[in-house]
Amino acid sequence: MRDTYAPMKYVKIWGILLVLLAISIAGPMFERPTLTLITAFGIALVKASLVATYFMHLNVEKRYIRYMLYAMLLMIGLLFAGTAPDIMQASGLRWKNQAVQELVEEHATHEDHHSHIP
Amino acid sequence: MEHSIPIITRRSATGIPTGRLAVWWLLGSEVVLFGGLIVSYLLRRLLYEHWSASAVHTNTVAGATNTVVLLTSSLFVVLAHHAAAHHKPKQAFWYLWLTIGGGLTFLVIKGFEWGGEIAHGYTLTTNLFWSFYYMATGLHTFHVIAGLLIMAIVSLEVRRAKNLHHVELIGIYWHFVDVVWIFLFPLLYIAK
Repeated sequence: MRDTYAPMKYVKIWGILLVLLAISIAGPMFERPTLTLITAFGIALVKASLVATYFMHLNVEKRYIRYMLYAMLLMIGLLFAGTAPDIMQASGLRWKNQAVQELVEEHATHEDHHSHIP
Repeated sequence: MEHSIPIITRRSATGIPTGRLAVWWLLGSEVVLFGGLIVSYLLRRLLYEHWSASAVHTNTVAGATNTVVLLTSSLFVVLAHHAAAHHKPKQAFWYLWLTIGGGLTFLVIKGFEWGGEIAHGYTLTTNLFWSFYYMATGLHTFHVIAGLLIMAIVSLEVRRAKNLHHVELIGIYWHFVDVVWIFLFPLLYIAK
């Protein structure tokens, strides 16, 4: 079952991964945030799926391993969705995070200071 | 020969050899570990725009070089697996050591990178961005070191043509280490 992929096939996938890496590095040079988002994170998703599918052999693995990994990723999605409303806001309807608000405002009003922040 | 292998590695109630199933479950827990860290980073990175001023100082060349090194080491370990599957222990042994060479190169580059950053005053306690940076790359580096140690032990077995199926197990783990880096690279080095 696992002999389907000859070594040359692995080398080809490795070549594709390197080309994708080059694109993700070149993306920010165009200075367009949306393009950078696609070339950086979109390509990372493609690279990761190539490694998982062909190098980790998920394509020939029992299907429930894939489901198990999807379940773990779902947990991560829930963590993000569940905590984002609190963490990504400095204040809400009946609450205020003073420390976060001060930090955001401090850096918003001191644009010049940004380049000096380590 | 077959009967000398412990029952725990032969038993396969799920259709997957127990050892490989254990590795997948380990990786499932690792997805949550690294995923949690990455989500925490993203939440704050999206909130604090000024983090980009810190991210500017990460070394993209070192990060990109290490990505090439890890991708290449992933190729070597999958070739080691292919060799082991075709009962070529000697070839598998050398591919494993090429992978270990890749892992060691990664550590050397990471060492220089951290040294340079610390010399410029960017340490674990400088601010929240650098805390995340050292935490994420440090946890990943710990996994690289663990993988290298296990791979060296597996290579000793492989040299004696024993437990060749272990090559696949360490291979799956090593690819996961590669996948984690594939996500850390754009997060810490590209998105500035």
